[in-house]
Amino acid sequence: MTGTNPGISSDAHGVAPGMDPAVDSPVHSSAPGGLVKSVVELDRVVIRLAGDSGDGMQLTGGRFTSETASFGNDLSTLPNFPAEIRAPTGTLPGVSSFQLHFADHDIMTPGDAPDVLVVMNPAALKANLMDLPGGGLLIADSDEFTARNLAKVGYDSNPLEDGSLDKWQLVAVPLTSMTTDALADSGLGKKEAERSKNMFTLGLLSWMYHRPTEGTVRFLERQFRRKPQIAAANIAAFRAGFNYGETTEAFAVSYEVKPAPMAPGKYRHISGNQALAYGIIAAGQRSGLPVFLGAYPITPASDILHELSKHKSFGVRTFQAEDEIAGIGAALGASFGGALGVTTTSGPGVALKAETIGLAVMTELPLLIIDVQRGGPSTGLPTKTEQSDLLQALYGRNGEAPVPVIAPRSPGDCFDATLEAARIALTYRTPVILLSDGYLANGAEPWSIPGASELPDLRTEFATEPNGEDGEFLPYLRDPETLARAWAVPGTAGLQHRIGGLEKADKTGNISYDPENHDFMTRTRQAKVDGIAASIPATEVDDPDGDARVAVIGWGSTYGPIGAACRRIRASGRSIAQVHLRHLNPLPADLGEILARYDRVICPEMNLGQLAMVLRAKYLVDVHSHTQVRGLPFRAAELAAVFQDVIDGTTGTPATADHTDTTILDVPAQTGAAL
Amino acid sequence: MTAIESTNAHVHDLGMPGGPDVTTIAGAIDASVAANGPKQTALKAKDLKTDQEVRWCPGCGDYVILNAVQSFLPSLGIAREDMVIISGIGCSSRFPYYMNTYGMHSIHGRAPAIATGLAASRPDLSVWVVTGDGDALSIGGNHLIHTLRRNVNLTILLFNNRIYGLTKGQYSPTSEVGKVTKSTPMGSLDHPFNPVSLALGADATFVGRAMDSDRKGLTDVLRQAAEHQGTSLVEIYQNCNIFNDGAFELLKDPNTGPMWTIPLVHGEPLVFGPGGASCVVRDDFGGLRIAETNQVDAAQIVVHDAHREDPSYAFALSRLSSQDLRYTPMGVFRKVAKPSYDRMMTDQLEDAAAQQPADLDALLAGGDSWTVSA
Ligand SMILES: Cc1ncc(C[n+]2csc(CCOP(=O)(O)OP(=O)(O)O)c2C)c(N)n1
Ligand code: SF4
Ligand SMILES: [Mg+2]
Repeated sequence: MTGTNPGISSDAHGVAPGMDPAVDSPVHSSAPGGLVKSVVELDRVVIRLAGDSGDGMQLTGGRFTSETASFGNDLSTLPNFPAEIRAPTGTLPGVSSFQLHFADHDIMTPGDAPDVLVVMNPAALKANLMDLPGGGLLIADSDEFTARNLAKVGYDSNPLEDGSLDKWQLVAVPLTSMTTDALADSGLGKKEAERSKNMFTLGLLSWMYHRPTEGTVRFLERQFRRKPQIAAANIAAFRAGFNYGETTEAFAVSYEVKPAPMAPGKYRHISGNQALAYGIIAAGQRSGLPVFLGAYPITPASDILHELSKHKSFGVRTFQAEDEIAGIGAALGASFGGALGVTTTSGPGVALKAETIGLAVMTELPLLIIDVQRGGPSTGLPTKTEQSDLLQALYGRNGEAPVPVIAPRSPGDCFDATLEAARIALTYRTPVILLSDGYLANGAEPWSIPGASELPDLRTEFATEPNGEDGEFLPYLRDPETLARAWAVPGTAGLQHRIGGLEKADKTGNISYDPENHDFMTRTRQAKVDGIAASIPATEVDDPDGDARVAVIGWGSTYGPIGAACRRIRASGRSIAQVHLRHLNPLPADLGEILARYDRVICPEMNLGQLAMVLRAKYLVDVHSHTQVRGLPFRAAELAAVFQDVIDGTTGTPATADHTDTTILDVPAQTGAAL
Repeated sequence: MTAIESTNAHVHDLGMPGGPDVTTIAGAIDASVAANGPKQTALKAKDLKTDQEVRWCPGCGDYVILNAVQSFLPSLGIAREDMVIISGIGCSSRFPYYMNTYGMHSIHGRAPAIATGLAASRPDLSVWVVTGDGDALSIGGNHLIHTLRRNVNLTILLFNNRIYGLTKGQYSPTSEVGKVTKSTPMGSLDHPFNPVSLALGADATFVGRAMDSDRKGLTDVLRQAAEHQGTSLVEIYQNCNIFNDGAFELLKDPNTGPMWTIPLVHGEPLVFGPGGASCVVRDDFGGLRIAETNQVDAAQIVVHDAHREDPSYAFALSRLSSQDLRYTPMGVFRKVAKPSYDRMMTDQLEDAAAQQPADLDALLAGGDSWTVSA
């Protein structure tokens, strides 16, 4: 048989280069019962699991991710869940999904569209079917397609039976009843046993994709340590699902996706929020300062508070404040005392913190403000991603209040970006805003584990001696190079001083209403932040062909989709340069010169053009802003189409090979495309 | 730890474990604190003055409070570098500039939050908050009540002049109903807070009240507040001679003052007024009421007990006074022992460190790592 990825059937899409199964003659193996099963090798798969919020799809997806990571595939995930904790069961608003893209090569996105869609009920089918390309594999829990559940989402007849799903490879499986059958002797009631159907499903998928299973068994044992009966039931359901795959005729093929070549080293999989929390702990350890987190719960940032609260042994103090203002206030108070003050929040919280950020600008104390952005304005889309707080971060304060802003570009990069934010905060004695987002926060990827001792040395010096000519302490005397002021912590004899939000006199820090002094201090604070650019490495321009006339510039979590789209463009024979900004304030010193090199500059953003506006204002470059605010990351195919239009419009000569609009989701290494 | 105890002894007690290859976590702070040798704790009032010109209106009650605090603080035996005063915004919040300690003049209403972070992360310091009635009860009301319920080790001095001084005389959350000000030409409509009642409603472990001009009474309440472990709230009646002059005259006037002031002394019967003519007794509903001493049995007179666990007694005391300040108890309403937030937080850190050594490499590797070999 020719191995066909169920999600990429050739009739619907044409088999993309590199998408072809690498093994033409599949290995046949005999399963129990004399069933002949074949194994097909694939280079990449995108699976989406969708069910009711109560079905445990996020957990199932997370476990599949862990199995996949430990197997050694490259991967990228996209959890997508409703803001309601439990919307009414079986309804469209209650649908929660988890998409995982894994491959035998380096990938950059969770995939534009799934190859395989697993739906646990009619609502999940209805909410997700439009994303499944024709020919894709559709696995449905037939037990849940009852008249009542169908009616809830407006199906007049059962789509599993009425032929309406003919253009997909439908496999209807009674997942729920097979789970309860498998757990008949578990001693659990029917309702309780049913809850393990996600583990049954995970078992089935684990068989289908040759995932290792020990990790999940260990996980379940750990998770239900105190409820051995539940642990046993879940493990039994998981194994039953696996065995079902092996023995059933419903699935004749299983798939193998070989590990991706990765640089030697030790890896784990990590989510953005976890990486960010670890970055904070590492910053404390590497600076030799105790960490103090002041935070008020808010989606999608709360997990950072949860994670840090577990690591008190590192001297991390976590304070769940009465509101966002108290959260940042307490963090700033701790910074005044010599701690690394941190506050974590999302857009609405940043709005509340604005006045205190201004105080931190004025008092010139180190402080990390972490904004895990979500859809806005107001309460907006709490669980969905967006990049619309950039201008708030840059300018959302009264007065001239410059604040360095930096953004991570992938879940794992949240770790490094946090250390960089801490470096800037401590070196320059300034609040720093880190702009993560919902997609990075909840998304996961394999992460090369760094050695603690190789992390940047963030030690900073407190003032312990008077620094004035007359033996007095001048809290606003600056380091000539960084313009950072002297930082003396309470408890240090002889250096008592008062700081605050009123304008400071140069050097002494006393209150000053002097016009010249205010002008000077305002410009000095700005110069201090501008001067950070001197410590930023040269901007990387990714232009493997070296002859690109169009550059695409992005920031934050769009790195993956933009990068994947650039690969498509290059695979089509065109050239494009990719510039991705980590530092948004100050912008890198070489950026103006870089942008000036290109005929066109495209800036895709998940907002209405905030960075584009800054670039236009600052560099007088006619930036082509491409925007989308769907609460979801960009699709690489759509971005590639936009890039292609701009390139072809610029050069006037479309490249010969024209397949950027095919189904290549992430061009694999085998195509020879430059990575 | 009380302010009194906050000396060097606790400086090394920040609950910080040693890191693998950095100096111990609190090391940098410790080193700074220890940099200049033994602490100088024998201070005089003048040691606490700064070179900054004091900029309150002549005659403002804030001066008297500043003098009282500067004279009294040295008796606590705390080095001035170990004292930190955090204030909000308002006339009263200028206070830190005039004290030769560490200080932060922060933003409107947020001082308790900022001080919480400092006190919670540096239990070795004696942290004070100076705030006004608008600062603490209006814009900062939320922070105040939450600070009180947490019992962070702070001493909060609430300068209550029953007016917004700095913004030139609008009514405040403690102004009496009907107050005519620039923003209320026909009289204010809002019912005022009684700050002591509010604090007790938040289960504050220490609540006291004093008068700016009563040096002895003020010093006594301040001393007890400073010694208290946990959050102490001291409401200080402060005259704003520009925008609300004479607000407390009823209590200050030698003729009327004794009639309307109920001095609170722990263990003493609540008898007051000229010749001890008035007293406090229990009413039929479990509250308190004022009675004429010669009309009641001596056994009926309430003996003040600031240490009662149940705050309802102190609350009932606070309700004796009316908006026009008749029957105002002065002194310490409540003073009960309860573990302070910073201490408990430090204990958790120490427990965690004892259970699991801080190993950054192990944390980063986690439980599910895999190795790719060359
Ligand atoms: C965010 C903010 N809102 C308003 C103000 C203006 N403001 C400054 S002080 C004050 C009221 C101060 O009253 P109070 O706390 O009673 O202090 P007092 O001046 O009476 O001592 C106000 C409204 C401000 N500084 N900041
Ligand atoms: S306005 Fe009132 S409170 Fe403010 S300084 Fe003047 S007298 Fe004092
Ligand atoms: Mg006032």
